[in-house]
Amino acid sequence: MLEVTGQHRECQEQLRKRARDLLASGEIAAFIGYGNGSLPWVPRPIVVRSPEEADRLVWNSFLTLNLANYLPGVLKELEPPRRRGEQVDPSTLPRVGIVATGCWSRNIVIQVQENQVDRSRVHIIGISSRGMISRHSFKQALGGKEALKIVENDHEIEVTLSHGETMVLSRWEYVRPNCKTCIHPGPVVSDETIGPPPGRRLVDERFREIEEVEAKDSQGRWEWFEEAFKDCIRCYACRNACPLCYCPTCFVDDSRPQWVGKSIETPDALTFHILRAYHCAGRCTDCGACESVCPVGIPMRLLTKKLIKEAQMLFDWEPGMSLEEAPLLGSFSPDDPDIAILKGGEKGT
Amino acid sequence: MRYSAYRIDRARLIEAINMLGPGFDVRVAPHLETGESGPGENMVKTFMFPQPEVLFTFKKAPPTADDVDLLREPSLPHTTTLLFGIRPCDARSIHLNGLAYEEDTYFWHRIEGAIIVGYLCKTVLSTCFCQRVGSGPDDTRYMDVVMMDVEGDHDALLLHGITEKGMIFLSQELGPLLIKCGGAKEEIEQSLGSRQYPKDTNTLDTLLSSDLMALYNAPFWDQLKDGCLNCGICTFRCPTCYCFDIQDETLGAKGRRIRYWDSCMFPLFTQHASGHNPRGGKIFRVRNRFMHKLKYFPDRFGAISCVGCGRCVRDCPVNIDIREVLDNLLEVARS
Repeated sequence: MLEVTGQHRECQEQLRKRARDLLASGEIAAFIGYGNGSLPWVPRPIVVRSPEEADRLVWNSFLTLNLANYLPGVLKELEPPRRRGEQVDPSTLPRVGIVATGCWSRNIVIQVQENQVDRSRVHIIGISSRGMISRHSFKQALGGKEALKIVENDHEIEVTLSHGETMVLSRWEYVRPNCKTCIHPGPVVSDETIGPPPGRRLVDERFREIEEVEAKDSQGRWEWFEEAFKDCIRCYACRNACPLCYCPTCFVDDSRPQWVGKSIETPDALTFHILRAYHCAGRCTDCGACESVCPVGIPMRLLTKKLIKEAQMLFDWEPGMSLEEAPLLGSFSPDDPDIAILKGGEKGT
Repeated sequence: MRYSAYRIDRARLIEAINMLGPGFDVRVAPHLETGESGPGENMVKTFMFPQPEVLFTFKKAPPTADDVDLLREPSLPHTTTLLFGIRPCDARSIHLNGLAYEEDTYFWHRIEGAIIVGYLCKTVLSTCFCQRVGSGPDDTRYMDVVMMDVEGDHDALLLHGITEKGMIFLSQELGPLLIKCGGAKEEIEQSLGSRQYPKDTNTLDTLLSSDLMALYNAPFWDQLKDGCLNCGICTFRCPTCYCFDIQDETLGAKGRRIRYWDSCMFPLFTQHASGHNPRGGKIFRVRNRFMHKLKYFPDRFGAISCVGCGRCVRDCPVNIDIREVLDNLLEVARS
């Protein structure tokens, strides 16, 4: 059981009310949010389809999946069947409501930019994120004990363990590093917002984790890469939790040609991770869903964060900030730096 | 009669295990040292189903006199694997998987060459539910040697051989390294009492007598699939998920055929060569995993294909809980 007080409690009440109203008025046919699950530290992504169900919605610090991930699927599910190539006016199709923080809303922007989502069919309720708790460090803090109940207030998390023991954790200490250094905790696009404006983050330290790896020599970086990714079991939770991953057939599932081996041996596992990361170049919002769902604690977010840093340095680019922009890798400007083009005598020889 | 019951200090036992000869491949569950509750790391699954598992190697060559050598089976190890300190749920998973792997020589070579030293659970986790699926924290059925905590003495453990293999191992291999202790056998027997498994076959009976199509068409699947990511965590964590895929990997003129874990959560699992996928949508895959464990497998083998270890419950990133699915199915079955 997970209970909230304070700011998150207020957000939760307003969220339930607004979702209920939207469903009751028929403006939307479904609402994507979080509900409580059977374990207090793992809220469950849910789709609410009737106003009565809106009271199942929750808002707290344990919402580590990016709900944008579910949006294209729920939109599609609500479309009536049609023949191949048949055009339908999107304004006649059922709309979907969704709650979105900064990064989730940025991923919705990317889905719109990449023609996966029709903006007019989505009603976004924006809530500024106060940073979500890292499941991995939360578990570590409990020292092998089980959390049976969690009560969260603005700055503290009170955990009831087995045998009636309790433990009080300082919330911010367990917030995920990507949230601590987030550049945009508030929604970039929304139809309405609830809750207080976002607080300040440690934006200056945004690339510190990356700089630590960059400081190593190439041998050191390779050793870091092998060591950090050695436990991968190829469950693909990182891929499936990512709102950027929507290809009908992923490159790892292709059998003709087979781009990458299927085993968990190092070359195969590392190939999967490096390719997965590169598919997110110029698109990743550092929402941290991949890292949060990983059952073995692989820091795969650092690969995509490195690409965020590159895109930022070379193109002054932050993904998903505006609906008007074209995707970075889908556009060309004569002013683009030419670093990737080999020039005779400079880098090409 | 062979002397097969011992009482020993935890640290001393770990020392003794480390002193065993080179004929043993010793794998010790971490909770033996820490005394932590729950099933812990899944060392039984990686033992039953190593991956990638080389089934044979091959090479491409023109037909010559020595082409008998073109295809070669791997030499299977002759060491005895000692699975030390595994929980009753994991010990039971070997039995359940054995039902489906009845004719698999690779599987049985490993199992027959293993000694299961089980470790009964003094306490359980909130995610444990072995009692609901026909077992329990003190189920000794699938162990060669039973090990248990001593009430009121954290450092002490009782060991008792229950199969021929277990007794021989205890008296001839591990026993000489331990201090014999009179009364240990009685202490274990007294502690276990007359506990028999399966105690509760109500769940199994209800599932067996239920209508398959009624369960399949139940409305709750539609909500269940909403949150599912279709990742492979539940199946890869599960000690009774045994599905595999096979690949031929080649390098130049040489190659190997490997077997590795597959998951019914993946679309590729059921993809036909024609392009058609009979389980093309998320709901079909989610439903299949639970229907297989809770209906298809019981119908075929007479047991639920779940040991109640709760790993899937703990590790699912979106909190899909098999206990709730079981409740939902039973509700449909009883209506």
